[in-house]
Amino acid sequence: MPLTDADKKHVKSIWSKASGKAEELGAQALGRMLDAFPNTKTYFSHYSDLSVESGQVHVHGKKIFDALTDAVNHIDDITGAMSALSTKHAHTLRVDPANFKVLSHTILVVLALYFPADFTPEVHLACDKFLAEVSYALAAKYR
Amino acid sequence: MVHWTDEERQAISSTWAEINVEEVGHQALARVLVVYPWTQRYFSTFGNLSNATAIAGNPKVRAHGKRVLDALGDAITHLDNVSATYAKLSQLHSEKLHVDPENFRLLGETLIISLAAQFGAAFTPDIQAAWQKLMAVVTAALSKQYY
Repeated sequence: MPLTDADKKHVKSIWSKASGKAEELGAQALGRMLDAFPNTKTYFSHYSDLSVESGQVHVHGKKIFDALTDAVNHIDDITGAMSALSTKHAHTLRVDPANFKVLSHTILVVLALYFPADFTPEVHLACDKFLAEVSYALAAKYR
Repeated sequence: MVHWTDEERQAISSTWAEINVEEVGHQALARVLVVYPWTQRYFSTFGNLSNATAIAGNPKVRAHGKRVLDALGDAITHLDNVSATYAKLSQLHSEKLHVDPENFRLLGETLIISLAAQFGAAFTPDIQAAWQKLMAVVTAALSKQYY
């Protein structure tokens, strides 16, 4: 389900607001995932605090969101943009790709929460497709 | 039998008390039809679903959204026995409507997103977690009579 020109426009538009709050949104998305989907905590056994307020969650959440901003800025070549991260996830982190869907969901929740007027059904659709592409690119090197 | 903590019950009922059932039902169902357009396969009698504006203005979508949320209210009233409460509904979705249970999951996720848009920061991580659990329970109950 490739991104249409309209999809790309919608993603860039909402991301222009989101990228400025990368740390807060990232922490919210990551923290909410860890809270609501406890299976995901298995990848963070080295964290002492898994709450949304945690310093560790903030640092990591920002990392995730900054990587997504990178993908938005290279929206015509998401596979290329995600290449290094894909290698890392495939060989070092080895996060089961099923979890990409879970984080994608909490990212959408956070976008809706912070930008309710902007997160129209069409923008929601575009972001859902975008995150699916990112997830696919991230899993590209797994096997 | 699902175990609910007092906090989870409170999170669910306090959110539910603030919801306009018709409005949220409409928002959630309209979103599903836009974001996952293949779900329109179940609504061939609904008339114009050709774009987001048509879907948003469609009175059958609004009516059905309310119906779905009213049914969710049933589950919330019977949190300790959602399976039994939904037995007939599950059978209906399986044998008469032939709805892929994946759709229950999609609607559940979309409803949570709609709640986040409505409540903002008041939709805290703990409240979201309780609602995610509720959606999982509802999905399981609706899937139960499928063979």
